[in-house]
Amino acid sequence: MIRIGDAPAVRRVLIGTALVLTALFLLLPLVAIFAQALMSGLDVYWQNLSDQYTLAAIGLTLLVTLATVPINLVFGVFLAWLVTRFDFPGRRLLQTLIDIPFAVSPVVAGLVYLLLYGRNGWLGGWLDAHDIQIMFAWPGIVLATIFVTCPFVARELIPLMQAQGAREEEAAVTLGASGWTIFRRVTLPKIRHALFYGVILTNARAVGEFGAVSVVAGAIRGETNTLPLQVEQLYQDYNTVGAFTSASLLALLALLALLTLAAKAALEWRAARRENAS
Amino acid sequence: MIANAFAIGRQRRVLPGFGLSLGISLTFVSLILLLPLTSLVGQLSQLSWSQYWFLINDPRLLASYAVTLLGAGVAALFNAAFGLLMAWVLVRYDFPGKRLVDALMDLPFALPTAVAGVTLATLYSNNGWVGRLLEPLGISVAYTWVGIALAMAFTSIPFVVRTVQPVLEDLPAEVDEAAVTLGARDGHAFRRVILPHLWPALVTGTGLAFVRSLGEFGAVIFIAGGKPYETEITSLMIFVKLQEYDYAGASAVASIVLATSLILLLAINLWQGRFIKRLHGGRP
Amino acid sequence: MNWLNTSRSLLAASAIGMTLVLGAVSPAQAQDERELLNSSYDIARELFAAINPKFIDWWQQQHDETVSVKQSHGGSSTQARSIMQGLRADVVTFNQVTDVNVLADAGLVAKDWQQQYPNHASPYYSTTAFLVRKGNPKHIENWDDLARDDVSLVFPNPKTSGNGRYTYLAAWAYADREFDGDKSKIEDYMKTFLGNVEVFDTGGRGATTTFVERGIGDVLITFESEVNNIRNEYGKDDYEVVVPPVSILAEFPVAVVDEYAERNGNEDLAKGYLDYLYTPEAQRLLADFNYRVNDESVAAEFSDRFPKTELLRVEDVFGSWPDAMETHFASGGELDQLQRR
Repeated sequence: MIRIGDAPAVRRVLIGTALVLTALFLLLPLVAIFAQALMSGLDVYWQNLSDQYTLAAIGLTLLVTLATVPINLVFGVFLAWLVTRFDFPGRRLLQTLIDIPFAVSPVVAGLVYLLLYGRNGWLGGWLDAHDIQIMFAWPGIVLATIFVTCPFVARELIPLMQAQGAREEEAAVTLGASGWTIFRRVTLPKIRHALFYGVILTNARAVGEFGAVSVVAGAIRGETNTLPLQVEQLYQDYNTVGAFTSASLLALLALLALLTLAAKAALEWRAARRENAS
Repeated sequence: MIANAFAIGRQRRVLPGFGLSLGISLTFVSLILLLPLTSLVGQLSQLSWSQYWFLINDPRLLASYAVTLLGAGVAALFNAAFGLLMAWVLVRYDFPGKRLVDALMDLPFALPTAVAGVTLATLYSNNGWVGRLLEPLGISVAYTWVGIALAMAFTSIPFVVRTVQPVLEDLPAEVDEAAVTLGARDGHAFRRVILPHLWPALVTGTGLAFVRSLGEFGAVIFIAGGKPYETEITSLMIFVKLQEYDYAGASAVASIVLATSLILLLAINLWQGRFIKRLHGGRP
Repeated sequence: MNWLNTSRSLLAASAIGMTLVLGAVSPAQAQDERELLNSSYDIARELFAAINPKFIDWWQQQHDETVSVKQSHGGSSTQARSIMQGLRADVVTFNQVTDVNVLADAGLVAKDWQQQYPNHASPYYSTTAFLVRKGNPKHIENWDDLARDDVSLVFPNPKTSGNGRYTYLAAWAYADREFDGDKSKIEDYMKTFLGNVEVFDTGGRGATTTFVERGIGDVLITFESEVNNIRNEYGKDDYEVVVPPVSILAEFPVAVVDEYAERNGNEDLAKGYLDYLYTPEAQRLLADFNYRVNDESVAAEFSDRFPKTELLRVEDVFGSWPDAMETHFASGGELDQLQRR
C-alpha cells in the first residue's frame, strides 16, 4: 500500500525534526528534573521518597485521580454522544460551556469553589453548621480536580465523532440493535483511541493540578497535601532536591499509562518475533 | 426558525439515548461548571459599571493584556505546527523510542506548573544549558516575552497533539491511496486530501492551547521577570488582587479573560459545525 | 492495542491503588489524642518540623498528655484566606502582621491580639538585609548604594510578597530619614531604587533562584533569616551578607484563632503552643534558624550572628499597618504611582 509521506527522505526529515524538537522541549526538561532530584545521590532520593508526608501526598494524589477519571470519563462519553449524534437548540452553547475550565485560570477556578462551599459561601454556611467539611478536605480537592479536568474526554471525542458521522449507528438502529449494543459494538471500537487519549490527559492533568487545588486544599501536611502542593512547599522551603524528587514522581505517574502500554507492546513484539523465528 | 430546528431535531433523532445523555450532561454542567461560577457573578455584582470599567481599564493592566495575547498567540502557533508534526510522526511512522516520545507528550500536564516554570528557567536562562548557547546569538529567552511564550507553549503542548492524533489514526487508508493514485505529490496531497480531515481537530487543539495560555500563571511567573508594563501577564494581576483579598477586583479581571476565551471557543465551535456540514454534505 | 485488556489492567491498577490510598490516608494515631493545627507561612516548614517534637515533649511534661501538631504551610495571605473560609486552624504563626489583622477583622482572632503575647505577639523577628556576591565587588554598604546607576537589584514584587513589601518599606523609611521627610526627594530615590530592579519575582524563593542560580543582579534583598536557608542550599562561600545600619523590623506575629480553637476543644493547647515559643528552649531553636529573638540570655548567646543595627517599626514610620497598606500598596497607591510610566 502506498501512503502519503512514505518516501524515505520525507520520512527521515520529519522524524528527525520531531525528535530534535521533542528532545529540546520535553526530554531536556525531564532530564533536568531527574538531574536535580538525583543531585545528592540515590540515597537521598530514596530517603525523600520514603518520607512519611511524601507517601501521604502520593496516596492522596492517587485517590483524587482515581475518583476524578471515571466520573469525567462517563460524563465525557455522554456529552460527546449528545452533541455529535443529535441536533437540538443550544447545542453549540452547551459544547462551549464545557470548555469553561480551559478558559478559567486555575486559581480562579479554586476561588469560585471556595466562595461557594467556603464558610462565607452560599452553601458553606449550611455545611459549616452541620459540620460537613468539603473545602480543606479531600472532597473539595476532588471537586476542584473534576472541574479542571472535565473537558478532556469530551474534547477528544467530539472532533472525531463529528468527523465519523452517525451513519453506522443509524444503520445499526435499522437492524434493530439497542442503544447499549450500538454503543459497545459500533461506536466504542471507533472511538477507543480518542477515549484512551482523553483518559490519559485527564489522568495527567489530575495528577499535576496545582493552582485550583492549592486554593481549596488548605495544605495540611499529611492530610490535604497533594503531591504538587508538596513539591511547591518543599521548593519554597529551600529543599530543592526534595521538591524535584516529588516532581519526578509526578512525571512518572503521568507517563505510567503510556509506558505500561509501551512495555506491553515490546513484549508482544518480542513474542511475535520468537514465533516468526521458530 | 426555532420550530424548524426542533422539527429537524425530532426527525433526526433516530438514535437512542437523547434523554439520558441530555440529562446527565445538563446535570453535570449545572452542578460542576455553572453553580460555582455563580459566585464569580456574585462577586462582579458588587461592582458598579464605572468601577468595573475603571478596574479593567488600568494602563498597567492593558499592557499586561498585550503581553499575554502576544505570548499566547506565539505559543498557539508554535503548538499548531509542532502538534501537527508530532501527531503525524507518531501515527504514520515507526522508529525506535516512539513509545517514549509518545508518552513524553503528556509531561507538561503532569508537572505542577511551578516545576515546569523553574525547570524552563533553569534551561533557558542565560547561564542555563540551552540559554548559554542562545546568548551569543543575541537571543535572551528568560525574563523576556520570549520566555513567556516558551512557558505557555510548553504547558499547552498536549492539546494539539492529542486532539489531532485520534483523527489521524482513524483516517481510512483509502484516503491516501486515492490521493497517490491521482498522482499528487506529497505536500500537495497532504494539503488537499489529509488536511481537510484534520482541520476541525487542529483548530480545536490550537484554540484550546491559546485559551489555556491566556490563563497560565504558575509556569510563566518564574520565567517572566514581572517588570511592570513589560513582562507582567494578566494572571499575575489577578493573583495580586487575590493577595489583597480583593475578590471583586480579581473577578473583574478574570471575567475579561473568561469572556475572551469563551467567545473564541464559541466561534470555533460554530465554525466547526459549518465546516463539518460541508464535509458531510449537510449531515453533522 | 486491545481496549478490553487495557481497561482490565487499568481496573486492576486502580484496585491496588485504592488499597494503598486507604492505607496511607487513614489517620496514623488514635482518635482520642488531641491534635493542634498550626497554619504557617511557606518558608517555615523545617523550623516547625524542629519545634513541634520539642513542644510535644514540653506539653507532656507539663500536663501529662500526649498531643500531636499538624502543620499547614503556604503564602501567608493564602493561609489567612483559607482560615476565613473554614480551614480550622487553632493557631497562626505568620510572617505578615496584615494577614493576622485580616483574621481579626473577620472576628476569628481577638481584636487585641497584639497585646496578648509579649513584643506585639511576635516571638521572633528579623529584618531586611542584602546578599551580595563574593567580595562585595560593588561595595554595597547602605540603602543609598542601591540607587546607584551601576547597581542592579533583585527582590520580590511588593504586590505579591510580604518580603518585598518589607523591602519597599525599609527603603522608604531610610529615605524618609535621609531626606528629612522631603517627599519629592524620597520619591526620586524610590523611583531610582525601583528602577534598578532587574526581575520582580512573586516570592522570596523565586527571587533567590533568580539571583543565585540565574546570576542576575548585584544585590538580593531579602529577610536576614532567609540568608541561612540560602547558604545551606547554595554553599557559604559565594555570597556575603550586608546588614545595613538602619532597616525595618519584620515581625513574625502569632495568634490563637479563638473561634476554631474553642470549637476544636483546643483553647488551652493553642495558648500553650504560643507560650512555648517564648521559652528559652524554643528561642534557642529559633535563633539557630537565624531569627532574632527577644529572650536576653539567648540573644546574648547568639550575638555574634546578628550584627547590631537600628530597626524601625512600621507603626512608628508609617502610622499603622493599615495606613501603610492603604497609602503605599493599594491599587493606585504610592507604589503604583512610582512605577507608572
